[in-house]
Amino acid sequence: MGDWMTVTDPESKTISQYTSETKMSPSSLYSQQVLCSSIPLSKNVHSFFSAFCTEDNIEQSISYLDQELTTFGFPSLYEESKGKETKRELNIVAVLNCMNELLVLQRKNLLAQENVETQNLKLGSDMDHLQSCYSKLKEQLETSRREMIGLQERDRQLQCKNRNLHQLLKNEKDEVQKLQNIIASRATQYNHDMKRKEREYNKLKERLHQLVMNKKDKKIAMDILNYVGRADGKRGSWRTGKTEARNEDEMYKILLNDYEYRQKQILMENAELKKVLQQMKKEMISLLSPQKKKPRERVDDSTGTVISDVEEDAGELSRESMWDLSCETVREQLTNSIRKQWRILKSHVEKLDNQVSKVHLEGFNDEDVISRQDHEQETEKLELEIQQCKEMIKTQQQLLQQLATAYDDDTTSLLRDCYLLEEKERLKEEWSLFKEQKKNFERERRSFTEAAIRLGLERKAFEEERASWLKQQFLNMTTFDHQNSENVKLFSAFSGSSDWDNLIVHSRQPQKKPHSVSNGSPVCMSKLTKSLPASPSTSDFCQTRSCISEHSSINVLNITAEEIKPNQVGGECTNQKWSVASRPGSQEGCYSGCSLSYTNSHVEKDDLP
Amino acid sequence: MNFSEVFKLSSLLCKFSPDGKYLASCVQYRLVVRDVNTLQILQLYTCLDQIQHIEWSADSLFILCAMYKRGLVQVWSLEQPEWHCKIDEGSAGLVASCWSPDGRHILNTTEFHLRITVWSLCTKSVSYIKYPKACLQGITFTRDGRYMALAERRDCKDYVSIFVCSDWQLLRHFDTDTQDLTGIEWAPNGCVLAVWDTCLEYKILLYSLDGRLLSTYSAYEWSLGIKSVAWSPSSQFLAVGSYDGKVRILNHVTWKMITEFGHPAAINDPKIVVYKEAEKSPQLGLGCLSFPPPRAGAGPLPSSESKYEIASVPVSLQTLKPVTDRANPKIGIGMLAFSPDSYFLATRNDNIPNAVWVWDIQKLRLFAVLEQLSPVRAFQWDPQQPRLAICTGGSRLYLWSPAGCMSVQVPGEGKHIPEATDVAALLCAVWHHTG
Repeated sequence: MGDWMTVTDPESKTISQYTSETKMSPSSLYSQQVLCSSIPLSKNVHSFFSAFCTEDNIEQSISYLDQELTTFGFPSLYEESKGKETKRELNIVAVLNCMNELLVLQRKNLLAQENVETQNLKLGSDMDHLQSCYSKLKEQLETSRREMIGLQERDRQLQCKNRNLHQLLKNEKDEVQKLQNIIASRATQYNHDMKRKEREYNKLKERLHQLVMNKKDKKIAMDILNYVGRADGKRGSWRTGKTEARNEDEMYKILLNDYEYRQKQILMENAELKKVLQQMKKEMISLLSPQKKKPRERVDDSTGTVISDVEEDAGELSRESMWDLSCETVREQLTNSIRKQWRILKSHVEKLDNQVSKVHLEGFNDEDVISRQDHEQETEKLELEIQQCKEMIKTQQQLLQQLATAYDDDTTSLLRDCYLLEEKERLKEEWSLFKEQKKNFERERRSFTEAAIRLGLERKAFEEERASWLKQQFLNMTTFDHQNSENVKLFSAFSGSSDWDNLIVHSRQPQKKPHSVSNGSPVCMSKLTKSLPASPSTSDFCQTRSCISEHSSINVLNITAEEIKPNQVGGECTNQKWSVASRPGSQEGCYSGCSLSYTNSHVEKDDLP
Repeated sequence: MNFSEVFKLSSLLCKFSPDGKYLASCVQYRLVVRDVNTLQILQLYTCLDQIQHIEWSADSLFILCAMYKRGLVQVWSLEQPEWHCKIDEGSAGLVASCWSPDGRHILNTTEFHLRITVWSLCTKSVSYIKYPKACLQGITFTRDGRYMALAERRDCKDYVSIFVCSDWQLLRHFDTDTQDLTGIEWAPNGCVLAVWDTCLEYKILLYSLDGRLLSTYSAYEWSLGIKSVAWSPSSQFLAVGSYDGKVRILNHVTWKMITEFGHPAAINDPKIVVYKEAEKSPQLGLGCLSFPPPRAGAGPLPSSESKYEIASVPVSLQTLKPVTDRANPKIGIGMLAFSPDSYFLATRNDNIPNAVWVWDIQKLRLFAVLEQLSPVRAFQWDPQQPRLAICTGGSRLYLWSPAGCMSVQVPGEGKHIPEATDVAALLCAVWHHTG
């Protein structure tokens, strides 16, 4: 109703409309909507809706919208009609719902649109990029194509050149051939000319010879005072057939001598070589024989036979006479056997190589680790030592400097060096001393550990011995005490265990059987204390024993307290005291004795009332 | 090492007698014989003309003096100074004269190599040998003096004749498969004769004493071939130096090549010791170290001192660019010499003329290289020990031994005599010294 009131005032309406448009608040929006729907006078609104809805066709437009919406799957704008005749009413809730949904849809669509737009942009940039890439690649293709053409051109040129060169080579070859032919022809011609010339020369020579020699030249003569004897003192002999034969003989003699000499040399060389070969063979055999067992086990039969061959050969060739035979008979055998052995040796060496490499591969890791640990320890130790030494040196240097500053300058400068040297020497000595000491310490430590080990062993042996002895004792004792049965059981249970338990048992004995074992156990205890070896570890051993005996004594006390009850208390007490007295000097004995006496007294107290 | 005072000498003629006791030297037409130890003149002979060649007989009793210009040979006896002998070759002329190994025959080669005349001093007999070949080394005697091999040329073919020296009887005569034989050389044991062809072809042939062809060796074709050949004293190796700058060592069993020694100009192996001669400007009183101070007036004081430095490898040696369009180009191994114990071989490559290579034959590798400041003219091994003397034409003598090397200043000009304590060392210790 109020709305209608405001509608009457057109000015206020326009203002409100104005404000609603500027502010767009939800309330004003609502009023505007209302205004819009109710007042068609507003030009803006009217122009906005004029295309679709006017006052006249509200019904149609509603039905149209309903139809549209239902086709889009929205619920109908009309209320469900109860009857078919009644006109369907507009359902405002449905309208609002629809509108809301539409608005949501709109928002969604806007969002989607935005997304699509950004995607579009992205795709556009991608496209640009791809296009630029494409153009670039195109350019590249073009350049490479050009390059290829260039290369092809070059190739063609090179081929051309090659062909030319081939041609040139061929030409050169031809030329060489020609030149060689020329040389050959020239040579023949030269030879021919030479021969011709020589013949002429010879003719001339001959003529000259005739001219010069045949004419009795008076000048050609020897003017000699007297003839001298021959160098060898013999007289010249006439030339006869005999001398000719003799000369021949001598010549052949010389030749023969030469050949014999050479043969001798060759024989000597041969003998030397044979000797070397033989020695080599022997060495080879001796080298190969120790391993022939192993390969025979593992390796297939072929090598086995070869080795047996080797042995045979060795047997054969050890005969010296073989070597004096001519080469042809021995050669084949010899070379064959040598070759065989060589092959064996080779294979053996190869095998060894393989083994070595394998060992290297396998054994490297663990060995290396151990050694590295050792190394590290060692280096750490050494570093520590070095550090110590360095510190020592530093302090000494400082001391030296302090000393040096006390002197005046020139003397210090003079003395410093010698002092330093002296100091160095001394330090060296100290260092060596220190090392010596360290070594000694190490040795001592080692000996100590050894001694400890030995002691432990001895002790064990001794304990075993004692155990056996005690067993004997107890077995003997079973005859005169019924209580021993328990004791024996206990003992047998502990017999295999460590000495502490045995000791406990022993410490118990005097307390458990105060009457019955009184004559036996004190002897045993005294023997125990006496026979204990005076070793460096006795003190701590005693301590632990005492500690445990204390503990055990308490246990024992419980037992004894129960056991004691039926027995006479006074006798018990005296007995205890006696047992304590039987072990003079032993701490734990005293202690246990004291504690016993104390607890006993306590027990006495408990029992007395 | 000591040096005597300087003698006058002409035509570089100066020779020790084979027994090492005497020294013969020539001054113009006079022949002077001195005692080696005292250097006093023992005999003085006067010849008819200027002496061009002298040679001791093998027993050191006679000296041959050849005067080629007049076709004359005069022989003098050391024991009998009044004894004389004159051989005139007359119009045939004379180009070479030598003793036979027995010291009682003289072999004269006439001009144009028409023939060789063998004159005997024992009998009046004269023998002629026709068709000797005009070549570098056409006559060779075995070391024991029993046989002579002579290269001959008849009807455009090479032949070798082997004569028995005792009565000049022809023992063998055979043709060799060579184009133009250049040299022949007996092995020291006298059983193998090496024959090599002209430098146009690499070919070396080995003949036995009885004329059988033992082997032929050719390293390559169509190039300049053998330049020098040397037998090792043990007859075990034959070293062949060729124009390709390599020495090939052949063995005496198969006559195949054992190894090949190249002579590159750059030495890279650090094991090889390279001695480099270095000159130093003189200091006062310097010379006393390596030689006794030169007598006053004996010669000009040395202008500089030279010594060896051990160069650190790699070393590149000075090389000559050979003139290839002239005959006898300066390339290849021109000189070869085995040490008397056959352990070392000294070589010179002609296009690296300042260097001497010393090879270890036991290990068949290069042992040391000596680079001199001037070209090496000659080298000679000491006959007693592995010591090499090198002469470069300067006033110095260089000595190498496996222990090291040294240079010795020779006082004065002319000739020099190393007076080692070992007389035998003098036997062939003759060095020529030109300039």
